[in-house]
Amino acid sequence: MANIMIRSSDKGYVFYLPKRDLEASIESIEFDTPEKWGGELKLDNGGSYYIEPQVKPARLPISLRARRLGAVED
Amino acid sequence: MAALTREETEALIQEVLEVYPDKAKKDRAKHLMVNDKELESSKKCITSNRKSLPGVMTMRGCAYAGSKGVVWGPIKDMISISHGPIGCGQYARGGRRNYYVGTTGVDTFCEMNFTSDFQEKDIVFGGDKKLAKLINEIELLFPLNKGISIQSECPVGLIGDDIEAVAKKAAAQINKPVVPVRCEGFRGVSQSLGHHIANDSVRDWIISNRDGQAFEKTPYDVAILGDYNIGGDAWASRILLEEMGLRVVAQWSGDGTLAEMENTPNVKLNLLHCYRSMNYISRHMEEKYGIPWLEYNFFGPTKIAESLRKIASYFDDRIKEGAERVIEKYTPAMNEVIAKFKPRLKGKKVMLYVGGLRPRHVVGAYEDLGMEVVGTGYEFAHNDDYDRTIKDMGEATLIYDDATGHELDEFVKAMKPDLIGSGIKEKYVFHKMGFPFRQMHSWDYSGPYHGYDGFAVFAKDMDLTLNNPCWKLIQAPWTKPAVEAVQEAA
Ligand code: SF4
Repeated sequence: MANIMIRSSDKGYVFYLPKRDLEASIESIEFDTPEKWGGELKLDNGGSYYIEPQVKPARLPISLRARRLGAVED
Repeated sequence: MAALTREETEALIQEVLEVYPDKAKKDRAKHLMVNDKELESSKKCITSNRKSLPGVMTMRGCAYAGSKGVVWGPIKDMISISHGPIGCGQYARGGRRNYYVGTTGVDTFCEMNFTSDFQEKDIVFGGDKKLAKLINEIELLFPLNKGISIQSECPVGLIGDDIEAVAKKAAAQINKPVVPVRCEGFRGVSQSLGHHIANDSVRDWIISNRDGQAFEKTPYDVAILGDYNIGGDAWASRILLEEMGLRVVAQWSGDGTLAEMENTPNVKLNLLHCYRSMNYISRHMEEKYGIPWLEYNFFGPTKIAESLRKIASYFDDRIKEGAERVIEKYTPAMNEVIAKFKPRLKGKKVMLYVGGLRPRHVVGAYEDLGMEVVGTGYEFAHNDDYDRTIKDMGEATLIYDDATGHELDEFVKAMKPDLIGSGIKEKYVFHKMGFPFRQMHSWDYSGPYHGYDGFAVFAKDMDLTLNNPCWKLIQAPWTKPAVEAVQEAA
């Protein structure tokens, strides 16, 4: 599990992993409705992460716990 | 037009890599690329923020340098203790020329070196007692300090001192913030992690100190982040923001104070100049206090105008008009500068190798003078920096990450730039090779380079260096015929 931060920009959601100073755009998010938000995140750098689906946060950015799916990207 | 075509640049990279053993070659190949503006992400083409290769010269610093030298050091009314042996602080002292107003030694302390001067016995028995004593001594001798930060050097982490406990106790005693910073030089691969650690310690020990306290806000409050006032940079930026009607609440951290930092959570917008060293705290304030942040660039009139408009777009018409007024006011003066220097500098090629934000930010200023940046690179960037660089650089320009001494030499020899902008470690080698050189970390004892006033200084400096007749007279000592050398020795 890793601490990540999700913020919104004019180009959509941006993923940030402070531990590794990694910033990437989120290409797709599994659930994106007000009631259910989260799931699998696909990043533009090829990585993917999973966050527990939850109610869409009222305000971004937000820090969350995420699980890495697939191989480590560098 | 780039200096070389894409194929030529690629061939040059291959040629330079030739001398390395196979493993090193494979590693270094990942750090060099030819720019392709089409790319959205730099990830596939360049690797960064990796451990430097053993056996080659790197220009990087350490985490302590990133924390003490860059982020904490310039806060003028705080005392930063270089905790550990004396050398780390002493040899880095005053090197960045962070200007400030105040009486050094009375109410401001940037130029002084405070250190616990570790001896063998401190390594054996631990340095915590000495640190506590040192803090008391500081309080006695310099009562006007507003707070203390403890910047750990390598040994502190190695011997496992508990500086947090000392800090907590001391803070209660002297009733001022005492911030322990775990920025031992061995952490991370470069000074970059030091910036991060410093930001985190600001987050944990400073930023929420005044939460809930009254503060007289205006709708036009902003903070300047990531400007270290090198040669007066932050001042030249601040006046423009004030002229357009904004109120600058804080300067981080050049000529900045502890009170300013504590008040920053009250601003409307954080203006971020050096993304690399202060994006962390900006992100934190965005999450915790809902303050948006904006990257801007105050190098050269084109980028300044662009940035002023971008900043104004976050505010009402009063500020938008203010921005236009400022741009209009300075444009004639800028046109004069360009009219004077462009003919002397036009078409000249520049190679850069710096840190932080400059390898991409100064490109616009050179372009305003009709010059072209043909190669650029960072000492300690991450991929997000390269993502931002690709867009600013010309097609097919050479980009190098954590370049080695050998690579820089060979690139320069092949590309024959008219001007090189890099740091003090590279300066004299290129001087001897007869290349005009500007030290672009602390502006070669000049500055400011930010803002409209800064651009005038920048243009003049580039002209003075580049068109100096002395370069033609220099022949590198190692290219002189051997006979002469023998005679000289005799
Ligand atoms: S690496 Fe360690 S010993 Fe060297 S300057 Fe940095 S803190 Fe000091």
